[in-house]
Amino acid sequence: MTDLATYNFAYLDEQTKRMIRRAILKAIAIPGYQVPFASREMPMPYGWGTGGVQVTAAILGPDDVLKVIDQGADDTTNAVSIRAFFQKVANVAVTTHTRDATIIQTRHRIPEEKLTEGQVLVYQVPIPEPLRFLEPRETETRKMHALEEYGLMHVKLYEDIARNGHIATTYAYPVKVAGRYVMDPSPTPKFDNPKMHMSEALQLFGAGREKRIYAVPPHTEVVSLDFEDYPFEIQKFEQPCALCGAHDVYLDEVVLDDKGGRMFVCSDTDHCEDRRDHGHAGAMLAPKKEAAE
Amino acid sequence: MYVAVKGGEAAINNAHRLLADRRRGDRSLPSVTIDQIVEQLGLAVDRVMAEASLYDRSLAALAVRQARGDMIEAIFLLRAYRTTLPRFGATVPVDTAGMKVERRISATYKDLPGGQLLGPTFDYTHRLLDPSLLSDEQVEEPVRKQAGGEEVMRVSDILAHEGLIEPDGEFPEDHEAGDLTREPMEFPMSRDLRLQALARGDEGFLLALGYSTQRGYGRNHPFVGEIRIGEVEVEMDIAELGFAVPLGRIRVTECQMVNQFKGSSKAPPQFTRGYGLVFGQSERKAMAMSLVDRALRAEELGEDIIAPAQDEEFVISHCDNVQATGFVEHLKLPHYVDFQAELGLVRKMRSDIDKARSKARSGDNLSQEAAE
Amino acid sequence: MTSKTQALSGGFSQPVFESQSVFRMLMDGMAKPGTLCTVDLDVGQPEPLGGAAGAIALTLCDHETSVWLSAGLSQSAVAEWIGFHTGAPIIREKAEAHFAFVEAGATPASFGLFSLGSQEFPDRSTTLVIEVKALGQGPLMTLTGPGIRATQTIAVDGLPDVFMRLWADNRALFPRGVDVILTAGQKFLCLPRTTRLALQ
Repeated sequence: MTDLATYNFAYLDEQTKRMIRRAILKAIAIPGYQVPFASREMPMPYGWGTGGVQVTAAILGPDDVLKVIDQGADDTTNAVSIRAFFQKVANVAVTTHTRDATIIQTRHRIPEEKLTEGQVLVYQVPIPEPLRFLEPRETETRKMHALEEYGLMHVKLYEDIARNGHIATTYAYPVKVAGRYVMDPSPTPKFDNPKMHMSEALQLFGAGREKRIYAVPPHTEVVSLDFEDYPFEIQKFEQPCALCGAHDVYLDEVVLDDKGGRMFVCSDTDHCEDRRDHGHAGAMLAPKKEAAE
Repeated sequence: MYVAVKGGEAAINNAHRLLADRRRGDRSLPSVTIDQIVEQLGLAVDRVMAEASLYDRSLAALAVRQARGDMIEAIFLLRAYRTTLPRFGATVPVDTAGMKVERRISATYKDLPGGQLLGPTFDYTHRLLDPSLLSDEQVEEPVRKQAGGEEVMRVSDILAHEGLIEPDGEFPEDHEAGDLTREPMEFPMSRDLRLQALARGDEGFLLALGYSTQRGYGRNHPFVGEIRIGEVEVEMDIAELGFAVPLGRIRVTECQMVNQFKGSSKAPPQFTRGYGLVFGQSERKAMAMSLVDRALRAEELGEDIIAPAQDEEFVISHCDNVQATGFVEHLKLPHYVDFQAELGLVRKMRSDIDKARSKARSGDNLSQEAAE
Repeated sequence: MTSKTQALSGGFSQPVFESQSVFRMLMDGMAKPGTLCTVDLDVGQPEPLGGAAGAIALTLCDHETSVWLSAGLSQSAVAEWIGFHTGAPIIREKAEAHFAFVEAGATPASFGLFSLGSQEFPDRSTTLVIEVKALGQGPLMTLTGPGIRATQTIAVDGLPDVFMRLWADNRALFPRGVDVILTAGQKFLCLPRTTRLALQ
């Protein structure tokens, strides 16, 4: 029987890393433009973060500290699985603390804590083409980007308003990067869009199945598309986090019983824990604290 | 009190343990060996090799066993392994004309040089469940014809002799065969890349598309010129030696479909072709592939593109079952952040409507009061 | 040392980790244009290739990337060195080059002959690695653009005057255009096509 292989540091072979690295450099040089790359078959399913994993594997070094989140949480199963993958193939240090991480791989959220200079945020992207649901053909959407022809996107958003009275896009809300390319921010809630604007961190996007890499350098304009009379707005929650009392954060709705009982808690688990460690308590924690006193 | 869900890692480990248990099944039964799978489930092994594009029977059998018989999962396992293998170079094109054929049939001629050779086919079995297979009964040795050693003439060569069929597709001298596992895909594609995509494409998807062309969605009047199954030599050019050295033999299935003719007042009409070539024995796949290959040549042959099977971007973007299963199944990953965003919007839109309604209602009451 | 032994010597002693560390500097350098980076490795590149330029070649080039060399480099052992260590084909046609290496004082009179990418595929453009006399000293320039908070100042010695015009023309082609890495000995800084340059 064939000898099964031992794997290189961070799984990918060096030639593959070089190919991805070259794509990353071009992506940074053309903010928001999707660079085609020869995405490899990864030992995890397409659609489960193969693009993000390839980007992370190509940039990761032995001194990095890696954080992996899915839905804002470090302990969701796919985040656990990807983190374990890098521990296994790169023996890299991992953390759940946003501020301690040098590389953060994410699916669907941007951490609440402001990212800082030198950090890299790697997004897992399912469909990188913001125009894909308006025009399914790659040959057509490529032309639209080339000609900076984004009228279709505005028409779509405006039809939303005409039909619903609101722009009905709540996640994967399209943005314009550095005044040129319209970009899909990956399926993050639009709540997170403002965090991309002038971020101090480098933002890299990997779409494995669709074979695209794109980037937003630090200190770069990222503007959510909107209209003068219907300006872009983010979600607002009526109550603070039930555990840490935070306002102005994105909340998950947790169903408590079958009688309509529910609570809202931070989607960013690290942020929530950190606040609680610093003595903040929300409505659901406060009574317990009293009881202990 | 709400407790955040912790312990994803323990849950994953336990799931893996349960999976291993279910894979093994009843411990009082002997476990199935790789050799048994290679020998007795050979067509499953062939399909895994073909769609993983890695020719290794033992590893494919291991993948089948590890995947508990789930073919796409097995294909995925073998592909993920293939990715990590170093590349030493490209072989020279295999010469299927020199194939040691085990099966060879043509639907376009009653008899032809080399004969019609049925080989190990299900074709004329009556599909009656065979109770003798319930026990391990002795199986007769097959009857074999002594190989003559001469090449079996290709049907396309018979037609080509009269100039009745278009020649093999040709690329310029300096054309290097593409590899879509190493280069980003780009449309429109050259035919070599398209054939590579189809060769590793999902058997079921290609079967359905090929079928659709027969039912009128991009009909191309196919005749099976020839199907041949057998072993071919694989050779590689070694620059230092200056000639090609044999690396070994592989079993392949080739289908040459002869399709409706093309011609004009200047160029006399000729039959056109669709081509299918697959690792192992997989006639269904090779035939479906040749139908779809021909359909995808619509633009090259100046035909109207009106059916899904003729649409290159549609076919090639969706024929890969590892990609497809990953993306379909990713929907079971948590999406609650985005769902929350949608929930919020739906609630807001509903409350807007409620407000508007109650406002309208109180307006009605007012006007009623005024009337009274 | 003969040119043959020169060509075979050097390289990364720990290819996996050293190429990763040089790449991370390049990535951060492209993300923050003008940031002065220092390559702390001896890759044993032959003259007149600089140490940083040599390390960049080892990090990014392989048999999939064709490399163009300026006259002084192509007549030295550099061509063989890059060929031996990276497998990259050395070509004469600027328009087909993924990477171009230019020795000090040989800044091209135009970027137009290099690949500038297409409007559909602006990423398919040449990256130029240009050696200058010194980085961190010389005339001051102000940088603005993506990756730069307000402004960034760099000092470059040995860039010909024509460079400012070439760069402005390149900027005007956006999203097409070349990207430039300026090198001086062990030091380098990146100028992606988005960066605007002004002499102080």
